[in-house]
Amino acid sequence: MKINGDVITVEDNNKTVEHVIAHLGLEAKSLIVEHNQHILKKEEHPETLVTDGDRLEIVHFVGGG
Amino acid sequence: MLKIGSFQFSSRLFLGTGKYPNFDIQKQAVDVSETEVLTFSVRRMNIYDAKQPNFLEKIEVENYKFLPNTAGAKDAEEAVRIAKLANASGLCDMVKVEVIGCQKTLLPDPVETLKATEILLNEGYTVLPYTSDDVVLARKLEELGAHAIMPGASPIGSGQGIINPLNLQFIIEQARVPVIVDAGIGSPADAAFAMELGADGVLLNTAVSGAGDPGKMAEAMKLAIQSGRLGYEAGRIEKKAYANPSSPTEGISSGS
Repeated sequence: MKINGDVITVEDNNKTVEHVIAHLGLEAKSLIVEHNQHILKKEEHPETLVTDGDRLEIVHFVGGG
Repeated sequence: MLKIGSFQFSSRLFLGTGKYPNFDIQKQAVDVSETEVLTFSVRRMNIYDAKQPNFLEKIEVENYKFLPNTAGAKDAEEAVRIAKLANASGLCDMVKVEVIGCQKTLLPDPVETLKATEILLNEGYTVLPYTSDDVVLARKLEELGAHAIMPGASPIGSGQGIINPLNLQFIIEQARVPVIVDAGIGSPADAAFAMELGADGVLLNTAVSGAGDPGKMAEAMKLAIQSGRLGYEAGRIEKKAYANPSSPTEGISSGS
């Protein structure tokens, strides 16, 4: 799948957005995910299924004025 | 009390979170400033570094209202997307619409700012658009229903202070929603001046984060904003062309 523009391969057992975040080691982070251009609420991460060719955008807050 | 939408603030200083030397200095500045509103930007995460620190982990999130900006957006559509991404965090209270129309000056695109403001207002957001100091544009944003107007004092990060106080005064006079002077403030004098003009608040970032001692500057800005506000409420004297003695002109002892 494509995550933040990079092609990333994850094993087949990563079935949901929550799994993919954990696979990346980012489960403790405050982040926001857009799945195939659909913005997810946090509670949707465990129920959103991912499949081959999906696009994820993972963003977070950074300093800004 | 400053009221924006359904929120009330004791502090009239909104503080940006960009470009501090490190998170500890940043936290100190935020604490000392006594701000209740922090601004942030939304950016892609580095997905290869699970250990990357984030400033949000350093602060007590519940003590602040979050005002994410839509910086990076070049049109209304991008601004709306960024606002929605920020909102999906569940941490945000308001949104600062920021659509840059000129990369050299970082001045806002007025047409796209209006569009984005309208869309987000229709979706129920509390919207604070960052705008130029154009008086008519400020009025149009207010007519759309913007919860506050945030005219720039001068270009973002320039520290030039208030380059058009007359426009700012016109914007403040006509506004029925709070006016937060945003961008370009360089010194405590600039912040105090904005408040003396009648602004309801000041949003600044670089003036503190780029100062030699950000913590000390945060305190200076806090005091300047309080001082400027008091001066505005007190009502300054009129300017006169000639001197007017403050000591009595009668009963002067001549000694003879």
